[in-house]
Amino acid sequence: MTKTARALVGAALSAALLAAPAASADMTGRTIVIATEGAFPPSNMTRPNGELYGFEIDLVNEIAKRENLKIELISQAWDGMIQGLIDGKYDAIVDGVSITGARKEVVDFTHPYTTGGSTFVVMNSAGIDLPMNGTTAQLDDPVSIDPAVEAVAAVLDGKTVGVQQATIQSAFLEEYLQDKGVKVRTYPNGSDVYQDLSIGRIDAGIASLTNVAAFLEKNGDKAAATGPTFIGGIMGAGSGLAVQKGDTELQEALNAGLESIVADGTLAELSQKWFGLVVTPQQY
Amino acid sequence: MDVPYFASLFRDLLSGLPLTLNLAFLALLGGFVLALLLNLARTTRTGTAIAGTYVFFFRGTPLLVQLFMIYFGIAQFEFIRSSFLWPLLREPYWCGLIALMLNDAAYTSEILRGGLRAVPRGTQEAARVSGMSSLQILRRVTLPIAVRQALPAYSNEIISMLKSTALVSMISLMDVTGIAREAVAETWRAVEIFLCAGLIYLVLSLIVTRATSRAERALSPWQFGARQ
Amino acid sequence: MTSELYLLGFGPEGWGPVLARAGLMTLAVSLSAFLLGTMLGTLAVCGRVSGNALARRIAEIYVVVLRGVPDLLVIFLFYFGGRQVVAFFGTALGFEGPFDISGFAAGMLAIGLISGAGQSEVLRGAYQAVPKGTLEAGRVVGMTRWQLFRRVIAPQAMVTAIPGMGNQWQSVIKESALVSVTGLVETMRQVSIAAGTTQEHFLFYTAAAIIYLIITTLSDQVFRLLERRSMAGYAGASR
Repeated sequence: MTKTARALVGAALSAALLAAPAASADMTGRTIVIATEGAFPPSNMTRPNGELYGFEIDLVNEIAKRENLKIELISQAWDGMIQGLIDGKYDAIVDGVSITGARKEVVDFTHPYTTGGSTFVVMNSAGIDLPMNGTTAQLDDPVSIDPAVEAVAAVLDGKTVGVQQATIQSAFLEEYLQDKGVKVRTYPNGSDVYQDLSIGRIDAGIASLTNVAAFLEKNGDKAAATGPTFIGGIMGAGSGLAVQKGDTELQEALNAGLESIVADGTLAELSQKWFGLVVTPQQY
Repeated sequence: MDVPYFASLFRDLLSGLPLTLNLAFLALLGGFVLALLLNLARTTRTGTAIAGTYVFFFRGTPLLVQLFMIYFGIAQFEFIRSSFLWPLLREPYWCGLIALMLNDAAYTSEILRGGLRAVPRGTQEAARVSGMSSLQILRRVTLPIAVRQALPAYSNEIISMLKSTALVSMISLMDVTGIAREAVAETWRAVEIFLCAGLIYLVLSLIVTRATSRAERALSPWQFGARQ
Repeated sequence: MTSELYLLGFGPEGWGPVLARAGLMTLAVSLSAFLLGTMLGTLAVCGRVSGNALARRIAEIYVVVLRGVPDLLVIFLFYFGGRQVVAFFGTALGFEGPFDISGFAAGMLAIGLISGAGQSEVLRGAYQAVPKGTLEAGRVVGMTRWQLFRRVIAPQAMVTAIPGMGNQWQSVIKESALVSVTGLVETMRQVSIAAGTTQEHFLFYTAAAIIYLIITTLSDQVFRLLERRSMAGYAGASR
């Protein structure tokens, strides 16, 4: 059996197996409240009339349709969003939440629906060019990460880099670059990073590949991603939906949905539609 | 109780204290100077209109709107970014300080105005007959009486400014509140962290209250019995 | 910039309807917080003027703490810590969980609590301004404490309190902008969303300033009217 075929069969099998709890009495009577930021383009955005739309909105709606889930989407600010899930204000989060060890201690995750990776972004007018463009730096591998960090730090020494608070990227800056002369400025809202980057308050920003891709889609003539793509370690393993610790019922239902849309290529289509490229896993 | 945790939490939070105090002190200082100018302007007709509009705008809108207008709003314009103002407005610190200062000036100017109005006419006339110049009257009669009258209200304004500095955490500055917010985003221990941060502000405001009530006593010996 | 003004209008691309709705939300959250504050403020004054040492102490601590801590922190505390606080009191009162707190409730409670401290100062001043002779007269004709409060103290104190209460109301409106951090879609939050989406920051924050100016100016007029009307009985005596 080829790898793909095996994955397909596996997906179909698990979908069949996991469809059972999804259709069980508990799940059908339950409205699943899902929180998102509504301000993290193109993953989730808000129209003037308050309606949410974007890649992740399409994603959860598709899963809900296939798994017969009754869902309700609400918008929440990012700071406090995970706390809100722990507190039981809602059942799940879909907001580009990267799967990391620290977060796994307090919430459970579904399979990842993006492949992960983070990159620096700069405005062309700033004249900053990071080395090792297009390469991948693996945080778990010292041979790969150490030279990448050295090279990046040499260029960013004395420069200000903006990042959203309490994200994997802010943890990365703090652990790898802050003591090498890079000034880190943290923002409660992710969109403020791009705001300040585009008017020149900060010299560079760092965010997930998907997030940067969205910014570049609108500002590709003025800005560029630069330097290596950082993956692994504290950079996590892509984004997943977060559910309350121990809510295996919901976790399994969502996983079944994800497996189904990965298997038939729907997820890749959605990625192409919203990001202009495939940033999603091709198989589980 | 988790003593080592609270010890390190307080150490973290207190590292934001210099910025909080710096902003409060400079905003009050700048605000006071600006408030004096606004009151001087009130001696002319156009000046009165300008001062009135200024006070109307800054007292009628939330500080958060003013802060965002300076930080996000003004910076949107290319001509600002290419002007001599940009080195200042580029920095969140200056945006925060300017917003706090302009806001404080509006409130302080009203407090001063009330104090000036409470100065009895007779004292100024008495000073004039005894041959003082206008400047002397201002410095030795009008201002001391006005300041004494305005002190209780100004004490509230000092505390209010101290509390208002917390808003700069919205524009990425790491004051006591900014550090608290980041700690909450990272560790999710919201109640402990915000209570500890609140305690720091509470102690500061109690110190201010003590200091200003001492100043009140010192400035009104006739009420509390003269000092030796 | 004038070419972007359609963004504030009521057309298909316009943010007019949502801004209007957000303005109403600002009013709703402010009004409920203010009324909560009036209740708490009255209670605090009762505590402070009562003979009971414990009640006085509690009321004093309440006022000192709430006047010394930034509003933003109180709101954060209520919002993030809200469930724990609500659960604590809920369990203490014998309710079954799960407990939850909305942005509206957290904002209303936080601002109500802050405003209560401010209002208690105003109300205490007003109470102290009630001529002692009228209290004694009331007592002599055999009024109960409640009758005394309702017929003698409250009507006289209200007149003196109106300007101060007007100021407290203005503060509440301005503080309500901070509730935006809870995600409640009031004026400030709506304007931030619109500014971020359209990249027209100056335009939308100016719109916010105008919305708040309209609310503060109109309510100022209302309080002035109240002041004039409440003075009606005193017109002869005071002028």
